[in-house]
Amino acid sequence: MEEKFDAIIVGAGLAGLGAAYTLAQEGLEVLLLERGDYPGSKNVTGGRIYLNPIRDMFPDLWKKAPLERHITQEGVSVMAGERSLNVSYRGEELDQEPYQSYSILRAKFDRWMAKQAERKGAMLVSRSRVDDLIIENGRVEGVYAGGDELRSHTVIACDGVLSLMAEKAGLRKAGSASQYGVGFKEIIELDSALINERFGLEGDEGAARLFMGEVTRGKFGGGFLYTNKDSVSLGIVVGIKDLIEGQPAVQAPVLLDEFKQRPEVARLIKGGETVEYSAHVIPEGGLRALTKLSGDGILVAGDAAGFSMNIGVTVRGMEYALASGYYAAQAVIQAKAKEDFSAASLASYESMLNDSFVMQDFKNFSEAPEALENHRIYSYYPELAGNIMRDLYSVPAGSKAKLYPTVKKYLGTGELWAMFKDMRKVMKI
Amino acid sequence: MSEIIGLKAKLGLDVFKHDKEPHIKIKPGMEKDPRLKRAILVCPAGLYEENQDGEVELTIDGCLECGTCRIACGTEVLEWYYPTGGAGVQFRFG
Repeated sequence: MEEKFDAIIVGAGLAGLGAAYTLAQEGLEVLLLERGDYPGSKNVTGGRIYLNPIRDMFPDLWKKAPLERHITQEGVSVMAGERSLNVSYRGEELDQEPYQSYSILRAKFDRWMAKQAERKGAMLVSRSRVDDLIIENGRVEGVYAGGDELRSHTVIACDGVLSLMAEKAGLRKAGSASQYGVGFKEIIELDSALINERFGLEGDEGAARLFMGEVTRGKFGGGFLYTNKDSVSLGIVVGIKDLIEGQPAVQAPVLLDEFKQRPEVARLIKGGETVEYSAHVIPEGGLRALTKLSGDGILVAGDAAGFSMNIGVTVRGMEYALASGYYAAQAVIQAKAKEDFSAASLASYESMLNDSFVMQDFKNFSEAPEALENHRIYSYYPELAGNIMRDLYSVPAGSKAKLYPTVKKYLGTGELWAMFKDMRKVMKI
Repeated sequence: MSEIIGLKAKLGLDVFKHDKEPHIKIKPGMEKDPRLKRAILVCPAGLYEENQDGEVELTIDGCLECGTCRIACGTEVLEWYYPTGGAGVQFRFG
């Protein structure tokens, strides 16, 4: 009789790994298929991972996990054409264990986590691209991969933001440009002592910085910088719709080169050597852009489902991927216990997600994508803030203008009213 | 100042494994479709170019498999698959 897995997981990114690890731990028969040479070889993050929401789902994982630096320093730079306004935050809580967040390199982490899942009994097959789903009588019965027909009680689609599997299962349509961003970054190697010196860090402390404004030439998005152990992840995220329509038109890669040449950034990476260039689409449509999460014989988790969220101050995806993989696994574990893999039984995935931080976050921040679409945030306000600061700090040859009128001249009644309206939108986040 | 290296050189830093055939193809007859021109702006690897006849051409070498062209242009103009297992870009850092 042919082998039938409890679950076949398509894609060994964080959703797939979270699911595989959890299923294997409970002794279920799980096959994890990865199209890259090794887990992580196709995966890209900005990146930083926040552990608090997922710590208890994988309690044994974090002590030895190959994460980079724990983030103790947060920064935002509002960039105008020739000047920038910076806010940086340090708090003791960020430097106390257990640390809230870490910088991370996915090729390293995913590969390691896959080993942990294998140790629990998951079967990993790399270099295996899933070509199609086996669908019989409307139910997903397994996958076709490299000429093999592999059968299972459930398929968990963790195949990333484009999720061709969810498309094939009829759970999603190909997305529209307004619901996605594209991120692209360089890994720039720098000596760890030099990183510590330049960013004011000690030991394994790390810094995270977001940049907005001129870095995307006013388009929806921003720049980011994360310090790793002995490298810096430096990149840009920009809305795909804005790249297509936004004026002036600019080719995406140019933005990163310009970003690197900004004096504020250039001095941080000076002498560093770029060792890798990567890129990936990011789901940014929020609650309204989520796919259907389950169908007959299939569950969708991670980026495949749309679980990634930009709320301006934080950009998160990896926790949602790990958590949704975990809950998908729980649904399969329950189904196995009841010996009922029907669509109704697997739908427990959705109710568990609804009760978790994942869907609660997506509901809480459902207005964020629309509020952040306001282009004034990316061009007008950075210039305005820069100009006000310039005038406040300027000491001319003659006498200096009084401070209040200096600021007031930028903020007429019409301007204040426009700001009030913008603020009302931002307050929905 | 940190060095600005060209896009080709940047892609040369990545590990790529050759695939038997291109995993993304422009659908025949769609070379001049306005939707395809979007790829020239959005592709982070700069793999789409317009030739003298106004047709968009795609060089698949250096593809980062990011998916941006599929979102921006759509599957009416692009035949879009992932490379076969074990082929394509293999990130060492990610």
